[in-house]
Amino acid sequence: MYDIAVIGGGVVGAMIARTLARYDLKICILDKAHDVAMGASSANSAIVHAGFDAKEGSLKAKLNVRGSEMMADICRALGVKYKNNGSLVIGFDEGDRKTVEELCERGRANGVRGVRVIDQKELREMEPNISKNATCALWAPTGSIVCPYELTVAAVGNAMDNGAELFLDFEVTDIKCDATGYRVCSNNAQICAKYIINAAGLYSDAIARMVGDDSFTVHPRRGEYILLDKTCGALVKSTVFRTPSKMGKGILVSPTVDGNLLTGPTSFDIEDKTDRSTTAEGLSLVMKQAGENVEGVPYGKSITSFTGLRAVGSTGDFIINMPRAGFVNVAGIESPGLSASPAIAEYVTEMLRESGLALAEKADYIPTRAPLHAFREMSIEEKNEVIKKDPAYGHIVCRCEGVSEGEILAAIRQNPRPRDLDGVKRRTRAQMGRCQGGFCSPYIVELLANEMNVPYERVTKFGGDSLINVAKTKEVAR
Amino acid sequence: MKRNLTCIVCPMGCPMVAELEDGKVVAVTGNTCPRGKQYAIDECTNPMRTVTSTVRTACGGVVAVKTDRVIPKALVFEAMREIDRACVTLPVRIGDVVIEKLLGTDANVVITANLE
Amino acid sequence: MKQIDLVIVGGGPAGMSAAIAAYDSGVRDLLILERDSRLGGILQQCIHNGFGLHRFGEELTGPEYAWRYEQQVLEKKIPVLSDTMVLEITSDRVITATNSTDGVFRIKAKAIVLAMGCRERARGALNIAGTRPAGIYSAGTAQKYVNMKGYLPGKDVVILGSGDIGLIMARRMTLEGARVHAVCELMPYSGGLARNIEQCLNDFDIPLKLSHTVVEIHGKERLEGVTIARVDENRRPIADTREYIPCDTLLLSVGLIPENELSLGASVPLDRVTNGAVVDQDRQTAVEGIFAAGNVLHVHDLVDFVSEEAEIAGKSAAAYIRGELKSDCELPLATDGKIRYTVPQRITRGEDVKVYFRVADIYRNVRITVRDGERVIAQKKKARVAPGEMETLTLRADALADAKELFFSLEVQ
Repeated sequence: MYDIAVIGGGVVGAMIARTLARYDLKICILDKAHDVAMGASSANSAIVHAGFDAKEGSLKAKLNVRGSEMMADICRALGVKYKNNGSLVIGFDEGDRKTVEELCERGRANGVRGVRVIDQKELREMEPNISKNATCALWAPTGSIVCPYELTVAAVGNAMDNGAELFLDFEVTDIKCDATGYRVCSNNAQICAKYIINAAGLYSDAIARMVGDDSFTVHPRRGEYILLDKTCGALVKSTVFRTPSKMGKGILVSPTVDGNLLTGPTSFDIEDKTDRSTTAEGLSLVMKQAGENVEGVPYGKSITSFTGLRAVGSTGDFIINMPRAGFVNVAGIESPGLSASPAIAEYVTEMLRESGLALAEKADYIPTRAPLHAFREMSIEEKNEVIKKDPAYGHIVCRCEGVSEGEILAAIRQNPRPRDLDGVKRRTRAQMGRCQGGFCSPYIVELLANEMNVPYERVTKFGGDSLINVAKTKEVAR
Repeated sequence: MKRNLTCIVCPMGCPMVAELEDGKVVAVTGNTCPRGKQYAIDECTNPMRTVTSTVRTACGGVVAVKTDRVIPKALVFEAMREIDRACVTLPVRIGDVVIEKLLGTDANVVITANLE
Repeated sequence: MKQIDLVIVGGGPAGMSAAIAAYDSGVRDLLILERDSRLGGILQQCIHNGFGLHRFGEELTGPEYAWRYEQQVLEKKIPVLSDTMVLEITSDRVITATNSTDGVFRIKAKAIVLAMGCRERARGALNIAGTRPAGIYSAGTAQKYVNMKGYLPGKDVVILGSGDIGLIMARRMTLEGARVHAVCELMPYSGGLARNIEQCLNDFDIPLKLSHTVVEIHGKERLEGVTIARVDENRRPIADTREYIPCDTLLLSVGLIPENELSLGASVPLDRVTNGAVVDQDRQTAVEGIFAAGNVLHVHDLVDFVSEEAEIAGKSAAAYIRGELKSDCELPLATDGKIRYTVPQRITRGEDVKVYFRVADIYRNVRITVRDGERVIAQKKKARVAPGEMETLTLRADALADAKELFFSLEVQ
């Protein structure tokens, strides 16, 4: 019997599990996918928003600002990248200027520090590549960037280091309630828990309905992105937004913590929660709008495009409540979900404490996690010390991103262990470079096959039917 | 009857025309070398191909092989099946014979890469 | 820090050829750095034949061609460090590299030959809409799975790109038991050799769809199909020509890009058309003592020309080390656009120079003229030229004397 079952291994579920793992509780994380961070957590803008966007008094606003304050320390503790590069919301006319000023007011009301409106001259000095037609901007110095899947993996890993268990390929099909707590069932397994945290993203409405709560729905809103080569990563320094519309914050142009340039997302409501496709129209729109905000975005240097689906709740705000004893909804976590995630975890912990859950601090709690990318930051002498002990660190596998075999093996062996190519990619950046795995994938497949002790042809891209190879040659009927 | 052909003997890929009468080639134009002319004749009467492929090694990998001369085009897929059935033990050197007289032709299947 | 006279980055056909030429010119303190576990470069996985007709008068497979050079490297005992990745090259010729045995180390070289080859353009660079399932590979990666590892990436294939790699893989996949449904080509002509259209497509009745491209990818976990469409004269998809082809594998043969990340780090100026270094007749880049040859300089069709070019680089690097590489002029080469580029892009010594060039489109009955101002320096007539076939033209020393700037133009007669 678990004390807590967290349904959903995205950044929200991960943060909640990690925060609760410091207490003497038996925790498990359940996710239907082959790895954690398979939903919106690996396909978003990667921004830690300053917090001026959300309506004053809303949970979004409160938790965004609090999360933004917490994020630097959390990233340091979890050993993941964080950069405080600031945010700009640019405007082109009088109407935009009004909006920018409103955002500034709202920011101040929400408790965001340092927001102010800047004029064209200061804007051009800050960001010479921003469109010459931009006349004003909101400058929010607390805006930052992180790597959302790196953060999710590290939070799950730290939770596991502190005793939490992870069950992947666990799709919750039913939840039964009785006197002792909950029985969470999949097609071929079940776990029992006293408390359930419903952090199931797009499917959090279905999970809530399983315990009789049909007070909200969640629908998918598609956001398409185009990522550009690291040689374009310095086109802008801060994260550049345009003034927002009803559908969201609009298309941004931003450096990523790894030095790429990210553009997008579009904002388009769809029906199918499993539709992760990009569209020709969406990608064109990204290119067009990014080009309106920043001059000379070199789309000839695109390296990939992808879609993320926002989990939009029907109430307009985050849905964090306890519809029945022991069951916490953490639903409708669209933007600013990533930014708010540490604060959401803090808020949920308080909710649980108030509901009577005993929170006794663990004596042997491990609050930190060693950075996976430490090797890359080392001096040559330090690297050679490592290589002497483990020669695999001297063998570079991913040429584009400079990732060694030692780092890949370390990632495969560390909780939460990846079991497919995309999992290795998200943890190490191998396959994320210009050639997108063209050079290194055949070798990474070999490393995974060896580590997991499975045949080479059973290795997948991201689990399920996503096999990389379908057969051994010489064994195919003609 | 005239037939248009692209020569495959060398990377030049000369476009040729073969004139046929009663199923026999009576003239070839467009070739820039004698091998091309022979190709045109063969292609119209008895097309031949070189097969390049890989063969299994005993330790589970593969190594490159080829037929050391052209074989009838019609036998290519059967040749692949024959090669599928073969297995070599390492080390192998370029020129080692894997299959002698493939499918009754004069062609041997030989190793084309050194592998330890 | 170790000092070595000549370091060659890359042990494929270009690197081996350059090393052997430098050795034959007297260099004994040299080292080849190769990231793979053996020499040969991309030739190892090119198990088809078609290599060496010019060089050796015979048709060899890739590994057999590579062996001709590897043999000489072994016989001459030219030092090689394999499984070694170069991480950085500076403009003052300090190389940082790493391997499992030596860790991270530095070498100061008197001369460097860049021979890193090229990489394939990936799907992400094309921004093809749709999902991101397994089953999409660049043709070269699929070739590696089949020919080096012994695995079949898929059974029902569509290929985008009719360059030689795409055509060769159409045949290879078919021979290994897959079904290739179509080869789509964006342009109205194929970029590959006519012989490959014949022996790779026509032999197996694989349709070649010119002026077509893939506009959407379908499939949740593994590819399920692609939507293709015809394109107009601006290469834009025509909406009502969309056609769905069920398949589980998409191979992309959509461009090769010289691998010049290291060169950029050494401040080597690149040519925007070739994406390789700007070089002179010695294949020396604008950074003194750094030479380039092979696919890293410009993408070749025939490995025979790679070897020829790399010999020039190796010989020149040797002369440079001896202090004997002289320059006595500075002659830039420019082109009219119908000729896309020339290698070399500049001439720095008045002697016979064999210039390699590529054209922008298929032209028939052409006359290529090289002028210095009004004066005609050289001319060549050809019945047919195509973008996929590199051409050459030799400029004579006496014609180059007193020339100021060379202009290459193409006229259709």
